[in-house]
Amino acid sequence: MPPFRGVDFLSVDSQFSEDELLVRQTARQFVDERVIPLMRDSFREGRFPSELIGEMARLGFLGANLEGYGCAGMSSVEYGLIMQELERGDSGIRSFVSVQGALVMYPILTFGSEEQKQRWLPSLQSGKAVGCFGLTEPGFGSNPAGMRTTAKPDGGGWILNGEKSWITNGTMADVAVVWARTPEGIQGFLVEKGTPGYTSSDIHGKWSMRASVTSSLAFADCRIPEASALPGAKGLRAALMCLTQARYGIGWGVLGAAMDCFETARQYSLVRKQFDDRPIASHQLVQEKLAWMITEISKGQLLALHVGRLKDRGRADHAHVSMLKRNNVAMALECARLSRDLLGANGITDEYPVMRHLCNLETVKTYEGTDHIHALVIGERVTGVAAYR
Amino acid sequence: MTIIVCIKQVPARESHLRPAGGWVEEADLSYEINEPDAFALEEGLRLKEQHGGETVVLSAGPARVVQTIREALAKGADRAIHLEHENPRAFSPLETARFMADAIAGEKPDLVLTGLQSDDLGYGHTGVILAELLGLPHATIVMQVEVRDGALRVKRELEGGWFQHVEMPLPALLTIQSGIGALRYATLMGIKKARTKEIRRVPLEAGPGDAGFQVERVSLPARSKATRLFDGSPQEAAAQLVEKLKFEARVL
Repeated sequence: MPPFRGVDFLSVDSQFSEDELLVRQTARQFVDERVIPLMRDSFREGRFPSELIGEMARLGFLGANLEGYGCAGMSSVEYGLIMQELERGDSGIRSFVSVQGALVMYPILTFGSEEQKQRWLPSLQSGKAVGCFGLTEPGFGSNPAGMRTTAKPDGGGWILNGEKSWITNGTMADVAVVWARTPEGIQGFLVEKGTPGYTSSDIHGKWSMRASVTSSLAFADCRIPEASALPGAKGLRAALMCLTQARYGIGWGVLGAAMDCFETARQYSLVRKQFDDRPIASHQLVQEKLAWMITEISKGQLLALHVGRLKDRGRADHAHVSMLKRNNVAMALECARLSRDLLGANGITDEYPVMRHLCNLETVKTYEGTDHIHALVIGERVTGVAAYR
Repeated sequence: MTIIVCIKQVPARESHLRPAGGWVEEADLSYEINEPDAFALEEGLRLKEQHGGETVVLSAGPARVVQTIREALAKGADRAIHLEHENPRAFSPLETARFMADAIAGEKPDLVLTGLQSDDLGYGHTGVILAELLGLPHATIVMQVEVRDGALRVKRELEGGWFQHVEMPLPALLTIQSGIGALRYATLMGIKKARTKEIRRVPLEAGPGDAGFQVERVSLPARSKATRLFDGSPQEAAAQLVEKLKFEARVL
């Protein structure tokens, strides 16, 4: 396979700084050389390639956009470009990095005590520790406010009871950021692996995100010390702030999956011959699909870049991120479906990455705020009426 | 050790090439570090890590080569010298080497590394001329470098799978072959650190001074396809085919 040279119809690259291009180059080469060669077998075997954690950490990918505690302090656009390249490899790899950085390190940095930051951030940044984020429950996905997990104050500590589901990195995690209902409202806690009463198990039978660990967490009279509460993580708003960070990364990440699908289909259409020994790229219906894809990818790039620049100026809000996540995921999923179509029967095999991206993107459409919920966030912004309350 | 690594920015290998006026249409090009130079840089960084000192990169070209210089700084080079000129392609290898020698002389390098040739012009001359101008011994097509007791032991690639081991004194100049070691990535921390590293700008005022040197035109290799049918029995045809593959195509 030749190295990936990027998909850039509109010269979007001209909008990136030298440093942004360098960051992308590092991520791009890493994905070409280290990630892609592993993905077919990892996905087939349903295995997360944990051997990549150390090198991703050394390169600075974990918590890349955070400041201090060993983090690289990248801009939002630089962070986005890393996500794009990682998801070009596989959504499961990008998910690992998203969760570690945006859903574990970000809340510890934003809501944690100095002691919690010192204890966890350097080891999470260096990949020596893995984290997970427990918000979703078996009965509460789009409506986390209904959560049943409770944290009861008990003589200078807390007792957790409840269950969390669909938790990326769950069984691998050394520390879980767990959201639970207290008498004063929803609160975030850090729960360490091995705490009595805390167990986790993997969810099997996935046709999607097969190269990612997805788990359930159970808390049965799990006693945690007072100091395990994240002091600033009070209210559902704190949890949603974390999700806004992760969703931003997804909006960029899926561009990578879409680019890989487009490029695979484009190259395939030039070598696959049908009717009069002509490549299928010469057929009008094929060109229409490629034209749709490159147009939508280009629009998605501009959307991601614009929201990224707004975020770097402190001007992006969660509704902007909802538009980015919703639009780009739906676009990427459609690119994957069209590419699968163009590859014909070959498209269903794992000789090509298209069906793997297609399966993964079905998850990405649902997690971190479903397509529908993001539509309602945008709807609320333009009408002032919250449809989900 | 003070190690100078000469790096060149060249059109990326997958660039679309259209000949235009003695060169190729530049608007179509994206750029990258010359491949053998990337390996020279890797070797320069590795030797610094082993023996201490400083790795300094040197590059000639217009403003766009700063991107390649930054990449080298992000990978771990300590500082850089940028020989600024809009069109260093107009220089002969001798002139380019003169400018480089002037810029390097004050640095008193222990070791100068270059790629063995550039992927665009492919003269393969600049490194060895630079050694001559600096008054340094040199070795070309180097596959392995060892610094021992203040001297060098290098492995050179010869034709036909042969190698030559050479011992030579320091200071010296080596032209490095691709594949000498695994290339490192620029880490995100390295990219951030590179923002504050020094790039010394040296404007090249002089115009081309080598009247004997001029690029007339560039052209894409002509594509030709010839089909040959062999007569005779399958055994005879196979024997003829093997003969052609061995002595004409030289692929066996």
